[in-house]
This record gives sequence, structure tokens and C-alpha cells, in this order.
Amino acid sequence: MLDIAADLDASQVMTLEAYADTIIPGERRGPGDRAVAGAATGGGAVTSGALDLMLSPEGGLAGMLDSLAAGLDDHATGYARRTGRTLDPAVPPFVALPFPDRTALVATLTAPDCEEQEMWVALAMFSVMAWDTGAADHTTEALAAGHPGLTQMGFAGPDPDGLWRFPSYSYGRVLAPVHPMTTPLGDPA
Amino acid sequence: MTDIERTDVIVIGSGFGGAIPAYRLAAGGARVVVLERGPWLSAEDFDHDFRFGSAGTRAFEFTMGDGMNVLGGNCVGGGSVVYFAAMPRAPRFTFERRGGIGRPLWPGAVTRDTLDPWYDIVADALPISRNDWSDVTFSGGLFAAACAHAGRTANPVPAAVDRSTCVNCNWMMSGCRFDAKRSLLLNYIPAAVRHGADIRPLHEVQRLSRTADGGYRVHYDTVDEVDYRVVTGGGVLEAPVVIVAAGAAATPVILQRSEEELGAMPAAVGRYFSGNGERLNTAIVNEQRVREVLGLDRGDGRAYEAYQIGKGPVCASWDRLDGTLPEFHRHSLEQLYFPPGFGTILAQAPDATGPSWFGLEKKEILRRWQSWLTVFIMSEDDNEGVFGPPPPTGNAERISQQMLSRGPLSYRPTANTRAGWERADADVRDILERDGLSRVMPWSNDVIGAYTVHPLASCRIGDDPEISALDDRHELRGHPGVFVTDGSAVPAGLTVNPAFTIAALAERAVPGIVATLAERGVPVRYVTEAPGHAVSSRRPDRLAV
Repeated sequence: MLDIAADLDASQVMTLEAYADTIIPGERRGPGDRAVAGAATGGGAVTSGALDLMLSPEGGLAGMLDSLAAGLDDHATGYARRTGRTLDPAVPPFVALPFPDRTALVATLTAPDCEEQEMWVALAMFSVMAWDTGAADHTTEALAAGHPGLTQMGFAGPDPDGLWRFPSYSYGRVLAPVHPMTTPLGDPA
Repeated sequence: MTDIERTDVIVIGSGFGGAIPAYRLAAGGARVVVLERGPWLSAEDFDHDFRFGSAGTRAFEFTMGDGMNVLGGNCVGGGSVVYFAAMPRAPRFTFERRGGIGRPLWPGAVTRDTLDPWYDIVADALPISRNDWSDVTFSGGLFAAACAHAGRTANPVPAAVDRSTCVNCNWMMSGCRFDAKRSLLLNYIPAAVRHGADIRPLHEVQRLSRTADGGYRVHYDTVDEVDYRVVTGGGVLEAPVVIVAAGAAATPVILQRSEEELGAMPAAVGRYFSGNGERLNTAIVNEQRVREVLGLDRGDGRAYEAYQIGKGPVCASWDRLDGTLPEFHRHSLEQLYFPPGFGTILAQAPDATGPSWFGLEKKEILRRWQSWLTVFIMSEDDNEGVFGPPPPTGNAERISQQMLSRGPLSYRPTANTRAGWERADADVRDILERDGLSRVMPWSNDVIGAYTVHPLASCRIGDDPEISALDDRHELRGHPGVFVTDGSAVPAGLTVNPAFTIAALAERAVPGIVATLAERGVPVRYVTEAPGHAVSSRRPDRLAV
């Protein structure tokens, strides 16, 4: 499905995308999109580059993505068995779960009493970062390309030289009384 | 052994605890080598970029632990490069803390009065200046106005920021592109270099051993400048005096790993870690109520919507810095900016019916990110942190090329600490939820445990050898000639940002180190001259890597 996912098969990519979409949900990329559940308007973690970030050599997660995908599908299979869900065999088990069930399963995997919490939290961190930092790309380029997360957050853009400056930054007036014990240098007593 | 390089003083780490003695001792005539684990970056490297591999990941270290996660600097200049430069002095009562154990935590020789002259020296050196209301950013102003509306006070926070060159870009956690933030790259470090100190970046110290004449050998690896997991070489340095200032998340690990060759460490090495009682709350601001209740207007039709704008924390509530209150009831609240990524993942959606830190409702609050106001709690914790056995190298096992690692620190907050957090959370709600100004939630502690940007106390000074690893001169008990001058020496949480106090303590430690050097045959003058102010953080060409 994705060039950047050369080391993962399509099924693994779908499973990881479905996980990222559970963390920061978004609209489907097209009518045939099964990984993205379409639970929210606007692009989610997947179209914000979650897989790129997970696969980036800098991130350090790439080497364990295949086992994470397999683990997620195992958990989904167990979840379906426990809850009496029938899973569509045409897609990986986690992808086959409806969005509310994906959410419920991820909540248990990332809970403090889950022995695997750390690795699922790490995968969630990369999903969030994809959406709200676009860290797979240079920020100026991500913004110029209409990065879904940064755009929906209203992240203001830089000056033409690629650096941020905010000339207007202060209400410019006294807004509270200072603590009566403040020292002449402005410190607590 | 004749090929081992010798010097007078080896300094491990180049943050406040390392750079200050490095300058003073080099200026006094000592041969000083500084071994810094991270890269040497300067303004031109401090790009405005979230991309992995940019300054934000090169200069930072996020060390995950069991119940406590530490965010700190990993570069020449250490925490000063990535800090928010809020520099209040610690309140008088903090030096009288007794903690949950009911015993004095600070040495009797250190009080606010005895430390004030050392604070003064640091304030001139960086420099630190008072902020006035025209410097207070929209987010600081909103917090102040909400405090006033609640019948409270609010203070502009003294800061090490040059207001004439600051552009309020809020990228300062990735280093300051404009050299407006007065990091150590603009004062103590160039002054140390000018006096001959040899600063060696990408040198990660692993352990110390002893020489036959009572000196020390410092064993280090060199690491790759992009992938810090890759060891490129290593070596040994020898000196009569070693200053360990690797930060409170690393100093005790180096000492623990040295125990096999140096002999037993004081029991307090790697114990009593404090996260400075830190905790964050995020308010989702109701723009209309801000206009109606507080009368705020940016002049362009917007009441607030300015979370992105500013220079970190500029305004604080000090009403609970009250020495008449019992311990664990005292805290400061500081308005703060935390950039996307680390600054959003733990924030929780108020009134969530599903998961609060991810999913549909989380996305909704993220869409209102410009209307966020983050409040930083610095309270009194109970020094609960304990370091387990050291990892094979460094202070943690690296996961990513840069920034992300897993270390041996564990932290189980006591009832005292938890109650302090709850009181502070309630205080934040009282200020910011009043009259519908916002909805506030603390960051979740269920996802990764607690967190701190101000690790302290893991190798602390004190009078009582049972609960302190260092004497009041910062010398490691039982290991003469080894000094610890970083945040790990601070005995307990301060209820305010600790960088200024760490720096003042490091200044205060220097005369004692000078005396020890003399005893060990290295005559060094104690130099009182200020380091001077550089206009650029540009890295000197002379590098000895």
C-alpha cells in the first residue's frame, strides 16, 4: 500500500494504520479504506504520516513493527472471542473490529495493569506525534503541504525564512497584583 | 599506564553543575577537561523543526523509568540549552524542609540567606532579569488575569532571557535560534574555553576507578553524532579531582557502576530522587468567557487563542509558597507552554465518556490547541525515587537514535506526594474553572507514570550521612576528590524551577573544590570575576574530539 512500508506486508500496514487511527481518528482516504475507520472528520494520524514515523530509522520502532502488528491482531482475535464478535476474514483481525471495539481494546492494552503497556504506549506516542508534530517531515514542509494534524490544530506558520516570530505577544498591561512578599529582584521571599 | 592522558580536573557533564566549576577552575589556572555526552550545538543548529533528527531530538533526552520519566538536556550546556529559563530563587522555607522522614533535608550551612550571595553571582553571570507586565505573554496574561479574578496574586517570573532579542517564537525547548535565551553557551562555557578548558562533546562517561596515588580515572565511550546508540571509540582520563555533573538521572548511575572498583558508595547514591513534585494541568479555555469575565482582547478580535505564542513560562502563582503552611501543602503554579508531541500526549479531555488521552474526544481538544493553557505544578514530593542496577552503558538503554531511552529509575509516589498533587490540582481548578473560564484536567499519570523536567536529589548534600551522599561541600562521602555539583546534589523538591538553585550551589561549591585541589598538589586560585557575556553561541573552532 505504501512505498515506505517496504519491509511490512499490506496486512501488517493495515493493522498498524488501524492502531494509529484509533489513537487519533480521521476520515477515510477513500471508499475502500478499511484500516481507517472514518470515525472523525478531518485527517487523522494515518494521513498525518503515522506509518512514516513508525518506520523512520531515527525512531527506533521499525524493527519491532512486525511483532507489534502480530500482537495487535492476536489481541483482537482474543477480544472478538471474548465478546462474541465475528471478524471479517478479508482483513486483519484488528482492522476487522469496529471502531468502538478497537478503542476498547486499545484502552486495555495501554492501561497500567497491562504487562505490555509500555510498547503499546510507545506506538501511541508515535501516532500522536505524527498528527500533532508531523515529525516525519520538516515542519515548514509539512505545513506547506497542508499537514492534517498541524492544520487542524491551527498551528501558525513561520516567516518566509522558515523561522517563527510573533511580534504581537502581550496584553501589555498589569493583570494581577503581585505577591506581597515578592523581593525587589522579583523572587519569592 | 604512561599513555593515559592526565589533567587537573575532569568535569562530567556541561550543564549548570559542570560548566560553572569548569569556568571557575580553568580561570584559576587548572587544566580542565569537560566530558559531555551530547553534541555541541549552537544557534545556527537550533532549527524550528519537529522532525526527528532536528535540534529538538539531538539536544534532549527523554528517559523512561518505572513510574517516573525524566526529560533533560543532552548537549553542551545541558539543561540550560533546552530549559525555559524561568529563574526564581527558592523560597526561604524550602531550606527548612524535613520531608516525610521528619529530619532536616538540607545541610545547616545552606539557607536562603547563605545562598543569596551565590544566587547574586549567577544572576549577574547569565544574566537573569525581572520581567514586567509588558513582557508577559498572552498565555501568562490570561493566567494572571484568572488569578486576579479568583482573588489571588500572580507574578511575572524572573528569567534568563534577553527581551530585546526574543521573538516569542516558543521554540526555546529546542535551543534558542536567536541567542535570546541566556544559556550557558553565552557565558560560562565560552569563558571556560577562553581559559583553556577542553570541552569534548559526544563523550559518554561510563565509570570511575582509582589511581594508586588517590586520584581517579574516568572511563568513557565516544558516541556517534547522529545515532547515539553507536559507540565510536573510548578512552581513559586521569585527574586528582573529578566533578560529576551528569544530571540527576545519570550521576548516580555512573557512581553505582563505579562501585566495583571504587568501593562502596554512600547508601544515598541513587536514592531519594525527587521529581520536584512536578505535574501538569491543561485547561481548555472558553474564549467567550475569557472576553466576558476577564475582559481580555488581543486587539485583533481574538480574546486569547495564543497558546503557541511566547517564551515558555512567564507568570506564576506564588500564593501557596507560604512557610506557615505544612509540608506537602506548598506549591507554585506556573503558566507554561509545552510544544506538541510531548506537550499533548498526556493531556486529557475533560468530561470524556471514552478514553481521555487518546481517541475521538482527545482529537476534539487537540483541535482547540490554540485555546490551551498549561499550568505547571511544582510541589513537595517525598524523594521516592530509587535507581536500580545500572544498564550496560550510559544511564539508560537507548531505544531511538536520539532522545528516547529506558533507565533504571523507579518511583512510587507516597500519600504525601499524591495529596500535594491533589491540592495543587484543586488550586488550578479553583483559578481556571471559575465562572466558566475553562475546563481543566491534570495530565494522566496512568500512561507512563509521573514525569519531571527537573530531576533532583539522587546524590544529595546533607549533614546526616544516612540520608545524604555528599557533605555540605559537595564531596562524595568516602571518596575524597569526587564532587557532585548538579541537580542530584539538591536535597529535595524546591516548589519552584530549580536551575537557579543548582547554579548557585555549584558556585558555592567551587571554593571547596579549589581547596581540595590545593591539598592534592594542584595550586588553583579562586577567581571571582564574572564570565562575561558572549553575543553569539557560535561554537569555538578549537575542538578536541
